[in-house]
Amino acid sequence: MASMADSPTIAFTLDGEAMTAFRGETLLGAAKRHGVAIPQLCAKDGLRPDGNCRACVVEIEGERVLAPSCCRQPSEGMVAHSSNERARKSQRLVVELLKADMPDTAHNLQNELDDWANFLQVGKSRFPAREQPAADISHPAIAVNLDACIRCTRCLRACREEQVNGVIGYARRGDEASIVFDLEDPLGTSSCVGCGECVQACPTGALMPAGGVGLEAPQRSVDSVCPYCGVGCQLTYHVRDNRILHVSGRDGPANQGRLCVKGRYGFDYVHNRGRLTVPLIRRDDAPKRAELGLDPDNPYADFREATWEEAMACAAGGLKTIRDTHGADALAGFGSAKGSNEEAYLFQKLVRTGFGTNNVDHCTRLCHASSVVALLEMIGSGAVSNPVRDAVHADVIFIIGSNTTVNHPVAATFLKNEVGKGKTLIVLDPRRTPIAEHATHYLQFKPDTDVALLNALMHAVIEQGLVDQAFVDSRTSGYAELAEHLKPYTPEKMAPICGIDAATIREVARIYAGAAASIIFWGMGISQHVHGTDNSRALISLALMSGQIGRPGTGLHPLRGQNNVQGASDVGLIPMVFPDYQRVDDPEIRARFEKLWGQALDPNPGLTVVEIMHAVTAADPARRIRGMYIMGENPAMSDPNLNHARAALSKLEHLVVQDIFMTETAWYADVILPASAFPEKTGSFTNTDRRVQLGRQALATPGQARQDLEIIIDMARRLGLDWRYQGPPDVFSEMRQAMPSIAGISWERLEEQGSVTYPCESEADPGQPVIFIDDFPTADGRAHFVPAPFTNADELPDDAYPWVLITGRLLEHWHTGSMTRRASVLDRIEPDPVAMLHPDDLSRLGARIGEPIQLSSRRGSITAFAGADPGLQPGQVFLPFCYHEAAANLLTNAALDPAAKIPEFKFCALQVAAA
Amino acid sequence: MPRNPEPREQPKARDRRGRPKGRAVDPQALAEIRTLLEDAPRNRDSLIEHLHQIQDQYGYLSAKHLVALAAELGLATTEVYEVATFYHHFDVIKEGQTPPPPLTIRVCDSISCELAGAEALITALDKAPGSGARIQRVPCVGRCAEAPVAIVGQNPVDHATADGVQELVKSGATQASTPPAIRYDRYRAEGGYALLRNVHAAAATGASGSDAGTDLSGERIMTVLEDSKLRGLGGAGFPTGRKWRILRDQPGPRLMAINIDEGEPGTFKDRHFLETDPHRFIEGMLIAAEVVDVAEIYIYLRDEYAGIRALLEQELDALRADPPCPLRPFHLRRGAGAYICGEESAMIESLEGKRGMPRLRPPYVAEVGLFGHPTLEHNMETLYWVRDLLERGPDWFASQGRNGRSGLRAFSVSGRVRKPGVHLAPAGISLRELIDEFCDGMLEGHTLYGYFPGGASGGILPASLADLPLDFDTLQPHGCFIGSAAIIVLSQHDSARQAALNAMRFFQHESCGQCTPCREGTAKAARLMQATTWDQPLLEDLCTVMTDASICGLGQAAPNPLQCVMKYFPRELTDGQHG
Repeated sequence: MASMADSPTIAFTLDGEAMTAFRGETLLGAAKRHGVAIPQLCAKDGLRPDGNCRACVVEIEGERVLAPSCCRQPSEGMVAHSSNERARKSQRLVVELLKADMPDTAHNLQNELDDWANFLQVGKSRFPAREQPAADISHPAIAVNLDACIRCTRCLRACREEQVNGVIGYARRGDEASIVFDLEDPLGTSSCVGCGECVQACPTGALMPAGGVGLEAPQRSVDSVCPYCGVGCQLTYHVRDNRILHVSGRDGPANQGRLCVKGRYGFDYVHNRGRLTVPLIRRDDAPKRAELGLDPDNPYADFREATWEEAMACAAGGLKTIRDTHGADALAGFGSAKGSNEEAYLFQKLVRTGFGTNNVDHCTRLCHASSVVALLEMIGSGAVSNPVRDAVHADVIFIIGSNTTVNHPVAATFLKNEVGKGKTLIVLDPRRTPIAEHATHYLQFKPDTDVALLNALMHAVIEQGLVDQAFVDSRTSGYAELAEHLKPYTPEKMAPICGIDAATIREVARIYAGAAASIIFWGMGISQHVHGTDNSRALISLALMSGQIGRPGTGLHPLRGQNNVQGASDVGLIPMVFPDYQRVDDPEIRARFEKLWGQALDPNPGLTVVEIMHAVTAADPARRIRGMYIMGENPAMSDPNLNHARAALSKLEHLVVQDIFMTETAWYADVILPASAFPEKTGSFTNTDRRVQLGRQALATPGQARQDLEIIIDMARRLGLDWRYQGPPDVFSEMRQAMPSIAGISWERLEEQGSVTYPCESEADPGQPVIFIDDFPTADGRAHFVPAPFTNADELPDDAYPWVLITGRLLEHWHTGSMTRRASVLDRIEPDPVAMLHPDDLSRLGARIGEPIQLSSRRGSITAFAGADPGLQPGQVFLPFCYHEAAANLLTNAALDPAAKIPEFKFCALQVAAA
Repeated sequence: MPRNPEPREQPKARDRRGRPKGRAVDPQALAEIRTLLEDAPRNRDSLIEHLHQIQDQYGYLSAKHLVALAAELGLATTEVYEVATFYHHFDVIKEGQTPPPPLTIRVCDSISCELAGAEALITALDKAPGSGARIQRVPCVGRCAEAPVAIVGQNPVDHATADGVQELVKSGATQASTPPAIRYDRYRAEGGYALLRNVHAAAATGASGSDAGTDLSGERIMTVLEDSKLRGLGGAGFPTGRKWRILRDQPGPRLMAINIDEGEPGTFKDRHFLETDPHRFIEGMLIAAEVVDVAEIYIYLRDEYAGIRALLEQELDALRADPPCPLRPFHLRRGAGAYICGEESAMIESLEGKRGMPRLRPPYVAEVGLFGHPTLEHNMETLYWVRDLLERGPDWFASQGRNGRSGLRAFSVSGRVRKPGVHLAPAGISLRELIDEFCDGMLEGHTLYGYFPGGASGGILPASLADLPLDFDTLQPHGCFIGSAAIIVLSQHDSARQAALNAMRFFQHESCGQCTPCREGTAKAARLMQATTWDQPLLEDLCTVMTDASICGLGQAAPNPLQCVMKYFPRELTDGQHG
């Protein structure tokens, strides 16, 4: 690729004009830079040039035949012609040949072939047409009309080389050659993951969004970011009549134009008829019940419509009464990692100043709380050390407990790209997930034995003399204790425990520690255990002792789940810290915030998510939580041991839920406030890489639904706070005062650059993607080793419950499914709850694929359909938690990690029977 | 505009319930694949070899075997499918499709066989009472001197008749016989491989001397090649000595790839040399490997030459078992029915286990070739001459030639001559001289009408140009080239237009499908050439874009016969006459 850092130095002549090209730049690229248009069809920025269409051929003096300008690089003194008679003749004939085979009816509004035909003044083709292939409308998201295919293979390169999904092939040969999916299967039954990169790449409409939306002209295109995972892909909404027609990927720093199926096709939840559009108040004759009775056909049965004034008066009044009667600690709030930084900041400030308590938390507690606790404890910062795309500088990529292609699909594409360049990918996971297919080393260890394996790896690093002693001496403390602690964890002793042989443990240790640069990624397979903090501690120690941190291509990257879980945590939506992780129990810090916010603050850390649910049912009335304000979270689906969580919700004296849908949680509410969906608001969002990015409003809110920020401000005023924020920029400028990490980011800068990485301490600071280069943000500047002992899960399998339940997510469905189950394309692809078992287990049980099976734990029982996944180990069951009709969390164990209070979603004992 | 067929509708999502996306690996199919492959390497570049094994064992490639093979090799299923469907010798059978019968009878329908009555043979075989065998039209099988040709299973039938073919089917004679070549023991007994041993010793010691006292340094060998003016005999004619020099200057590891994908219609010289004296080629190959210091050698043999494959396997084994000196590793790889793999970079792609799609140049294969390494690629015949050149001296070769040209050429002659076959003749000989002196003249009742000087891609010249010297560079001014020196002689009973259409259909069938001018051009030209009256301006335009803008020689040369018809045989286009 062209290295644009230098100045263009290669002098050549094109069409009689003297030009200069960068080293590595193509003729086509250099021509474009000089304002010369050369027809191009198979060439597309971001894809490897292939030179197959020959529309861009040029005459190079001294050469026998024409050359494709997309693949040829200018050489010093080259004389080329793109518009002389010879070059133009071939360009025209190429376009005329392809036009002969185009269908009469177009599938899109703008066809690149037609554009170039117009440019070259090619009229109706004189050549006979081909036999046209059948359309393939078998996929819910993508329409395949190969009658418009010019076989340029842009889709193939997008699928195989960019996204590395390997679905699209080019079969047969000559004029029989064709774009195919898998074994020439219908797209809808192929292995297609629906990322739509092929659609974005297609120049002629042969691949288009389903349903003919490509033939409707958008009125507006709004640049925003994706509302789903923490990768933070930038995208553009194409809007007509206040409806999103389709979505395209934008060239953002985290996604480079790429999207996944959720980001590209999961947008129509905003138009779902189940959107809340009117405030609702619980009917007097509808008392709360513990067991979820939400009827999808009649979801509002227990509620009546209200005016905003009545609803807000009721919502705020109920909270105020509890506060004034039982004290601030009788209240709690759950904010949302789906909302903006501004919303999260105001929400926690409302709870801390309006309620007067630190009982504020959000779903970070359920995903990476343990990672954050360990990171804060050991290296003084809870965020990632290096961005995902720093993998480009790594030699070894180490992924543990992360189903990356499913949960961070676009991040995974960049990691797969690196493997394609020949780098080493080590994947460690009890469940063989799709990323393992790309691994050079895959370690399928036994569930629950992370610490045993990681300690053995560290033992092997020491034993093989691969400790970075200089780094350990100058940058860390506590190594001697760790080394002592690790002595008994020999690979031989750990092998039978974790199921990985000693030689492999030694090899992986050698590869990781011995590489010039190794980077670690982890997901909820590490964090969601009662020993989640110990798992993370072991990982951090491994990186520290190997000196694999503080440089490009190294470091620790817990892949963050929600689109704004990083930001929500940063702005203090957690019970023990103010914005920027400043502890509430530190008097000096508290004094600073009391000054900023103008009132006295609660000095005690508040309760966490699961603790709050337990406090609702506390026996001691003095310690009972009686009222809650829940914004955009769904604990009635996402908490462990749902029967308890739901019972707790039903016992609340006053519950205010602010959401866009009638969620399972809203069903327990006293007041429901209809709010704004992601594309209906503007705000800043912080991705897993610490990039602060701007989401922009593309749609008006439906009906009477209001902006979340407005609702929070209204609530605050009704609780007696004199808040006068005019909108997100106002809130953001206050956040900058509270948070040194983003002091250098102004709202204007965000609008201009779209993405700024923190720490960004001043307006001159470009942002720091790689941190800990010189020191760690701890009191002494050193990282601190914390030894992690090997312990077991809270509930081990036994004779009564002999199976292990692992919960998690699906590619198509986001968390509790409140958005994606209402996104038509996504729900059509994955409509049913399926429990995955090893195929041998299925036969042993006498269960058939697709038939119902019964799953029971000590806490609950559900029925799901049986599925076969040879990536599981026998005895394991995987169940996604997005299906209300088979809610996985009815089964899970609410046991908590003692340090982080994260529940053990990844392990509980289970009984399975054919239903 | 033809109407599109009915679309493929959306499947019921519930049909997939509980199954991951895409095709699942069938455990039994996977077990079968593992049994079949035993401990063969699971590298990507072995893919085509593995597909052959499955095709040989089961008679076709079932979808579940392809999926299992993909899993076993760690490839996407579509990567296996697109390779399997690229090569015509693989039968991919999906669910609901009928597998082919156990026996296939392939009938060549390329130019020489068409002249000799291939159509009538195919019609007769199609009508013959059911032997259960599949009758398949195939392009040139390299036996043009014995046209028409059928191949029963793997057993070639020269001068085939429907009755003769049926006879073989009945008797179950479906295996190729091993040709009566000079075998290893005899070749060595007659002095073979002494030269290689000396070259090796010279290279190993760095000395230039040998036990015979002659200078066998790499430097001198390259000089001999240069002095002999030996050029690449695959068709492109690149000077051999210069090629070795270029390669020697490339950074290691260097590889070597031998092209025996002889597929140009009318060409059968490589088969001739291999069937008579294979070790002369092998010795040349190993000498080249010493001089250029290559790390590994890959020999790519077209799949049609089953008898030669058996022979080469035996002879290479014999060589390995009793080597005259330490040997560099070599691998014999099997083509799978794709003319395009005779193109040097397409062959490299095929050796890597991929679709045989030519690469764009630059970079050249000498710089970035097989597996990304600098690669010395040679036609088999070029290496066949190395021993003779070194033993007899460069002048022996260079001094031959006629009409101002130099060297020897092995002409593959077929068509309307009395004695077709491989004729070793002076380079520069004219067609008339070749027919008179080497072919015993034209067949009874046939007078010369025209000829292909270089196979299907070399164009067609009229009888009026039968006195041109036949050599590299001499025919370009006439819109033709000599290529692999495959001469197909047409008489007054033949039609140049029909022969050109046959050639264009061949190119349509064999185009890799990568670039627009060739993929679309060959197909549309073949259609336009079937019209009673040719749209000549449109065809001229088409020829221009194919020649000027195609990626490789196939597309660039495909219009040659078509253009020659318009240029030299215009009467066939105006009044439908010929001769």
